[in-house]
Amino acid sequence: MPDFNRNHFELFHLPVAFGIDSQALEQAYRDVQAEVHPDRFAHAGEAEQRLAMQWATQVNEAYQTLKLPFERARYLLGLHGVNALDPNNTVMPADFLMQQMEWREQLAEASDRLDVHALDRLEQDLRAMAQRLERELADQIDGRQDYTTAAETLRKFRFMEKLLHDIQDAYEEIV
Amino acid sequence: MSYSEKVLDHYENPRNVGSFEKDASGVGTGMVGAPACGDVMKLQIKVNEQGIIEDAKFKTYGCGSAIASSSLVTEWVKGKSLDEAMHLKNTQIAEELALPPVKIHCSILAEDAIKAAVADYKQKHGLGGEEYTACNPPKEH
Repeated sequence: MPDFNRNHFELFHLPVAFGIDSQALEQAYRDVQAEVHPDRFAHAGEAEQRLAMQWATQVNEAYQTLKLPFERARYLLGLHGVNALDPNNTVMPADFLMQQMEWREQLAEASDRLDVHALDRLEQDLRAMAQRLERELADQIDGRQDYTTAAETLRKFRFMEKLLHDIQDAYEEIV
Repeated sequence: MSYSEKVLDHYENPRNVGSFEKDASGVGTGMVGAPACGDVMKLQIKVNEQGIIEDAKFKTYGCGSAIASSSLVTEWVKGKSLDEAMHLKNTQIAEELALPPVKIHCSILAEDAIKAAVADYKQKHGLGGEEYTACNPPKEH
């Protein structure tokens, strides 16, 4: 039966690393999910049912966390005792913030002009940057085990996530 | 989450939105970002020869509380000296706007932005202002 002390990676029998085998994760998720499906506990006692429910919730949460690169990195750094997204830390490299401002302005202009092509170009730039940061995270976490630098990269990643989210909103408004 | 009336007022009618020419001599620019939510804020001041902040502008891409916090700060610092602006506290902003605990970081962002703007101005004019480093020193990559 469940061991609530295992971390998300151990839960799916995966190595504790940023680089992940997506297919192995999907498979492990389905296997574990089947094991804890509430139907299997339909005739069990109340306490056991409640436990199964908690277990299923944890399995879901673990899967959602490991699936997304941003959440996976954030969780991994947490396992190493690093809180990358401390809200009191507002210092980012100046050139990075300048670039963010520029992208924000481009996004606002493209939305105002209902310019889908401009949005497409911007989205390409944003995705390229997000992919670059993802590669850096893999190198910093798995390669060099440099969690302090990885935390800085994750903070940058956060801004890209926000921009990519907002550009989707802009598309939806135009359509 | 529901916003307070004051936040809504600043959000719907933000004061002093815009930019000054970054390299103009009387202008100080502060740029900060909140990793917790991905908001970015640029706050600029225009300082006269007496060292008084004559005008202020901001551009904030973020939630209503972040916009309201920066809007409020640009109103507050007009007519103030650089030192007075340096003493502005995020708790004053949070109190004025009745920000809930989860939005306190928006007021911290605004405080850091005005301090960064003052520091930028001082640095430009050789007034001994070291680069403002908020809670953590900037790191080189």
